[in-house]
This record gives sequence, structure tokens and C-alpha cells, in this order.
Amino acid sequence: MGLEEKLPSGVMLTSVEKIAGWARARSVWPATFGLACCAMELMMTGGPKHDLARFGMERASNTPRQADLMIVAGRVSQKMAPVLRQIYDQMSDPKWVISMGVCASSGGMFNNYAIVQGVDHIVPVDIYLPGCPPRPEMLLDSIIKLHDKIMNTKLGPNRQKQITELEQARLAMPPLHTAAPVISVAQLRAEEGH
Amino acid sequence: MSTDSDRGERPPQTPPQAPAGATDADEEAAEGRVYTASGEDWDEFVAQNEAHDFQSGERLVLNMGPQHPSTHGVLRLVLTLEGETVDEVRASIGYLHTGIEKNMEYRTWTQGVTFCTRMDYLMPFFNEATYCLAVERLLGIEDRIPERAQIIRVLLMEFNRVSSHLQGIGPMGMELGATTIFLQGLRMRERILDLYELITGLRMNHGFIRPGGVAQDLPPGALDKIREFLDVAPRFYRDLRKLIDANPVFIARTKGVAYLDLAGCMALGITGPMLRSTGLPWDLRKSQPYCGYQTYDFEVPTTDTCDAYGRYVIRMDEIDESLKIVKQCVDRLAERGPGGTNSAGKDLDPVMIQDAKIGWPARLSLGPDGLGPSPEHIAHIMGQSMEALIHHFKLITEGFRVPAGQVYAATESARGELGAHVVSDGGTRPYRVHFRDPSFSNLQSVAAICEGGQVADIIPAIASIDPVMGGVDR
Amino acid sequence: MSENSDSNGSTNLPARLGEERLAEPVVRHGMFGVDTTGDTSGYGRLRIHEQAPIESQRPYGGYFDEIADSLGMSDAIERVVVDRGELTFHVKRDRLPELARKLRDDPALRFELCMGVSGVHYPRDTGAELHAVYHFVSITYNRRVRVEVSTPDSDRHLPSLTGVYPTCNWHERETWDFFGIIFDGHPALTRIEMPDDWKGHPQRKDYPLGGIPVEYRGATIPPPDERRHYQ
Repeated sequence: MGLEEKLPSGVMLTSVEKIAGWARARSVWPATFGLACCAMELMMTGGPKHDLARFGMERASNTPRQADLMIVAGRVSQKMAPVLRQIYDQMSDPKWVISMGVCASSGGMFNNYAIVQGVDHIVPVDIYLPGCPPRPEMLLDSIIKLHDKIMNTKLGPNRQKQITELEQARLAMPPLHTAAPVISVAQLRAEEGH
Repeated sequence: MSTDSDRGERPPQTPPQAPAGATDADEEAAEGRVYTASGEDWDEFVAQNEAHDFQSGERLVLNMGPQHPSTHGVLRLVLTLEGETVDEVRASIGYLHTGIEKNMEYRTWTQGVTFCTRMDYLMPFFNEATYCLAVERLLGIEDRIPERAQIIRVLLMEFNRVSSHLQGIGPMGMELGATTIFLQGLRMRERILDLYELITGLRMNHGFIRPGGVAQDLPPGALDKIREFLDVAPRFYRDLRKLIDANPVFIARTKGVAYLDLAGCMALGITGPMLRSTGLPWDLRKSQPYCGYQTYDFEVPTTDTCDAYGRYVIRMDEIDESLKIVKQCVDRLAERGPGGTNSAGKDLDPVMIQDAKIGWPARLSLGPDGLGPSPEHIAHIMGQSMEALIHHFKLITEGFRVPAGQVYAATESARGELGAHVVSDGGTRPYRVHFRDPSFSNLQSVAAICEGGQVADIIPAIASIDPVMGGVDR
Repeated sequence: MSENSDSNGSTNLPARLGEERLAEPVVRHGMFGVDTTGDTSGYGRLRIHEQAPIESQRPYGGYFDEIADSLGMSDAIERVVVDRGELTFHVKRDRLPELARKLRDDPALRFELCMGVSGVHYPRDTGAELHAVYHFVSITYNRRVRVEVSTPDSDRHLPSLTGVYPTCNWHERETWDFFGIIFDGHPALTRIEMPDDWKGHPQRKDYPLGGIPVEYRGATIPPPDERRHYQ
């Protein structure tokens, strides 16, 4: 990346991080990868009522070379997947990905041969946004959360530390399902077999 | 310019010959299996074009790829350009193929609505209504759908026509460089989406029109809100028309562009505003009415210029006509009164067919665990009637059974004739559902209307077809 | 429905209907049609038979008779079905382009618009597994008609209608893509919806839906085609 990556850890790096984070978060240019229904809600978010321009994001850069954020809005079919990856690769660092809608996050209701079950199979995702389609307010919430994330991203050696810390935190997270024993279908079938 | 008289009759260009008895053989390159994002024999015909002996030497193969701001979704166009003139256009679709039709074979008839609604995502009500009309015809209950449900269906469909046209004209302007048109269109569209949310609960992809009627009645106060919108809508509409109609740049870019006459439309199976721009007033709402359209008073706008500007004018006029129909629906619903139940709990003005084997009373209420049947209905099935409990149970678990047969039901959607070919084998799930989507057929004409014109004319041409790739690829 | 009268003129004798149906193969067992667990409905011995293919007799009603008379070609038409207010001609596949041309050009028929091809796969219908269904609209007379052709799985060829109705170009490509029906005479029969190197024809009944099991909060739900369902 740039010069800011080469600074050694210290007060100067921390200040630069703050400034860089603030600047990057304030002018994110989305490479709108509007595919299906979520693209309609994305367009409405850019409309007059839910205004994306207040974040400086109404200038959707149609060329991925100038884009910072790829909002994958809609279902990604098997045919579109290589195109998605190519567009992601054409974006220059720093870049982020919001997978908008359930189809982009996990395949959604289309659990079949034609849809990639989650774009995280193809590109690394920063924010998963559920909804079918998510309301513009939900999209704005996810963008604000992404801005938080961008502002708090560290640079250079601090970044390596931050990545390790985040990973440790995630590994230590308790599982989503409750502590009470929940019998799975496989277990049930096995028991039925007796 | 693109006013060649024979352009309408040209058949779509033929891509390189596929081997006879085409099978899906592997393409092995010297280094093994190569996956490229280009595909579709791109290398072959770039080579072909380079081998040609050109006079101008300005021949270029250009890919307007699936990710493009102006292709109305994930449409890929491979253009062969001779300078600025388009020599060949190949449209490549399938980038949004979702397997909806196959998915519907694994869900019950009612659950199929949630799938087909996401097909053409700009007109979800039309998808639902077409599918439900087909299922109702298979069931043989077409004439037993309650009147109130039909009025609500027409109301929602016409609102959908308006919001779909706004979303067609908006991007049309935006792609020509006028973002204001898009934002002005969105002003009106936001209000309509708010009305959808009020009536159905969702802004898009509603799953509201179901076989047998609609999911539930209009909430109290909905008619007033709709009337409020109808009061302000003419102002938005006038603003939009004043902005675009006589705009010299808009006219210069759309008048005479994308010409397709009647013979071309007939050959290519084109319906909807494209067909009506040739002067033929073919509209299924008038010629083969459904949902009681014959009782409403509206016109079918036509122009005879066969160009992109004519289609734009038709769409704006259709917005006007649709708002007229909505006004009539609101008046009828107000006349009928608020519905409600009598002392025995039966619906006075139902919105779902009163056949316990097909639909349960469409009265939903919000409880602590989500949306579900109303407390009165639950009291009825749990405390008063064993038969009702059995019907409810069977409807929830397996849904209703549809007698075997096949049906093709068609509606005049915002883009043309949307048809649903539904085949039943007597079970609780569709055997085969195929949607004849208007965008799929209309998009075939992109070669006929673009070839011979300028590159810049492709944009208004596609915008005038107004394809929605969800419907094209399904 | 086909006529059920016998020589005396009495109609709809249940016994006769039963005889016709019992000859057909069984499509469903029991009340709920489940096969993963036992049938506790009490109707476990219920056997539902397939409905015999309907064939309608003259008069068809409405404008259907006019269409059938103008069309003629009785040697090309295998079966005529009038069901739920719609007319269907089941046609021999080699006569299809001729029939389509007649539908389009005959002044009494004038079916200008073709609404495309819809494929259906009936794996139980041995010898005619793949059906292609064409819908036609006549703007002049405001009529609709359906033409259905079938082709066996072993020899999946149908003549292409792109010479008569150019709109069928993409529809036939789609039907090839999803069912494997090869349309002879099509200018460029390639895949249109699936990627070019896809193997198999997805909308056939022997092609799996292809989902994955979904894990959520400790439990796993199998993909839609492997779940318990009620037929």
C-alpha cells in the first residue's frame, strides 16, 4: 500500500491511523455490484428519502479501479461468480465488502445448484447484512458499522496485532446455540435406528 | 442514424455455429482446464474478426460486461464495432439464473408464491398474480375468488405498474447522463413503496397475492393513505413530464433510436410497451381480461413512432392510466365498506376464497411469536370445530392438492405478456412451472434494434426495452 | 373431461371411472405420501392412481372447433385436449414446423405471436419423456392455442421453429439448456442460462436440486430435496 504502511509503531503511527481511518471512512466510493432485488433497495438508499450522499457515497464508481467498497447486492449465480471475483481483484486496496441481503450472505432462500451459497466463498466479506431485501435503513446501519470498522482499522505493524487480536476474540466466542442439549436430526435418526 | 427501413425485418444475428448435436464437451486448452471470466467463445471470434480484411481498420470487439452501470442489470453485450457504428450485438444472459422454476417444484403451491415473486423483482405483484391465476384455473376456482380480493389485486398490480415504469424511466434518464430524472422518479416511487409496506408489510417481494385471494385485507386507514398519495401524485407526474418530455437532449438521444416496427415485433414475439409503440393497441387487460379488468375504465396508450421516445411516452401515459384505475379501485373498496366479521366470526367481505380446503381465513395478527392466524380463528379451530382444525392442519403441513392438468395463464405486466405455464400431477407441489417472462422475449430484439446504429444508441435502446434480468434469467 | 356415457346414454358411472383409473400406475401411497416414516394417518393402504391422458371429443366448444377445422392436418395431430378452457394439440414432432407455419400463415388461424417453448420432463412417460409445449396467440382473432410435442429420452431431437417464429431462438436454447432437447435447424444451439461448460440439464427430474445442508444454532436442516415432504 502506501507510505502509511511503512511507519514504525508509535505515536506517529497512531495519529496517522486516526487521520487515515477518518479520511477513508468519510469518502467510501461503492462499486455497486447490484445484481437483483437488493440492487433496487440499494438504489432507493441512494435516493432522496434515504440519502446515501450524506456519507459521500452517492458517487458510485462504476469502474472497480476507483472503488473502495463492493456492495454485493443480490443473488450471485454460478455464472456470475468469476466475474465477481474479477471485479474484486480489480479493486485496489484498501477495499471492503458488504454482502447485502441473505442471498449474498448465505445463498438465501435459493439453496440450489444455481446460486453460490454465500459470497464469502468467493470474496472476503466485512459486513453481512441479512434481509430479503434489507430495508434502506438496514443498509445504512450496515454502512455506519462499516465506517466504524474502517475508522478503527490500524496500519502497519499495529494492523498485524489487530488481526491476531480479532481472531483470538472470535475463536473464544461462545457458540450461537444454547448450552442446553439440542438434539440434531442426525442424532435423532441414529436413535431411531435402535 | 438508426432509421434503416429494413432493420425491423433482420433476424437476430447468428453467433458462430455450434457443432451439430451440441453436447457440453470440455474445453481443454494446452495447459489443462482454463476458466476465464469471458467465456462464450470470446477468443474464437476476436480471432475471427482480426482475420477479416477491413477497409476502415477500425473494427473493435467490445465487451459491455455483466457489471455495467447502464445495462439494466447483469446483461452482457458483446459488441463488434466499426468505429462508432455497431456491426453486431450479441446478448449474453444467465448471470442471474436462480433456478426458481426448479425450486418451486420442491415447495407447496402457496409457498411457490414466495419464489416466483422474486423473479422479476420490479413487478413482484405481477409474478404472483400470474402464478396464482394459473393455479386458480387449475383448481377450477377462478369464479369463486372473492370480489374484494380481485379489487385489491388490481390495486396492487396497477401500483406495481407505476413503480416499475418509474424504475424504468429513472435509470433511462440516469444512463443518458441525467441523474435528476432518476431522483425525481424515486421521489414518487418511495411513496408507492411506503404504501406497499402499509398494505402488505414489505416494500418488495411481498408474497401477498396467494392462490385463492390475497394474504390479508387492507389495514384500517390504508384507503386514506392511498387517497393522500393520489392527491400528490399528479404533481410528481407533471414535474417528471415537464422535466423530460421536451428536453432537447433526451429527444435527440431517443427519437428515431431503437426502431422496431410491427413485423419485427411479431416475429420476435414482443409484447408490452414495445409492441404498443408500433401502433398496435394490444393489451391483455382489454382483450383477455382477468381479475375483473373489464369493469374498469381506462385507455391503452399507443404511439406509432416505433422508437425509444415513443416507448417512453407510452410508459408515462400508462402511469397516468394506472393511477386512474387505482382511484377506481379505492372508490370501490370504500363503497364496499371495511369488511369485518359477523357475530359468528365469519368474514363479511372475505379476501380469500371461502373454501376451507384451499385457503384459511386471511386474517392475520401479530402475536409475541410473530405473524399468524388471528386469535378468533385459533379459538375457532381449537375450541369450536374439529373439522376446521383438520383443515388448518392439512393446509399448513401439506397445502392443498391441485387436480392434474396444465394451464397457461397470462397477464399484461409492466413489460409485456407475462405467462405462467403450470403443470400439476395432482399433488401438493407444482410438477413444473415455467414462466414466459416478457423481458426474456423482448431482450432478444436487442440485436435487431441496435445493429447498424451508433454505440451510444445502445443505451437508450436497452432502456426502452426495459429488461429486468431477474425475469430474463429466472 | 372425456365423455362417460355408455350406450344407454347414462353418464358418469363411478364404476366405469374406477376401471379406467385402476389400470393406470400408482403414483402415491397413503394419505400424506411420506416414505421416510410410517403412515399413521389410518389411510396407509390408500393407493392413488395416475390420471389417464385425457382426449377430448368433438364438439370442443367455443372457438376451438373453428381452429381445429381450419388446421385440419389430422394425420399430424395425435390427440386433442380441451381442459380448463384451453385447447391443446398433441402433435407428431416431424410435422411440427409445417403445423406452425400453417398456424401462422393460414388466414383463418393467424397465430402471429409465439410465446416460446416450455419443456416438461415426464420420466414415467416412457417413450415420450420430454415434452415441449408451445403457446400461440392470435391477435387478429384474440385466441390462444397450445401445441405439445413429445420426444423420447433416447432420441431427444425436435425440429426448430426459428424459421417460422424467430422468437423461439432463445426459448429453444433455454429448453436445450435445461432439458437436453436438441432442436434441429437451430442456428446456434448453445447454453443460455447456465455457464457454457456446465454438465447436465438442470430442470430434468433426474437432476438434483443441488442444495447444501444448512447449519443454524446447533441444528442442521437438509437441503429442500432431501427433506421430509407431503406429496
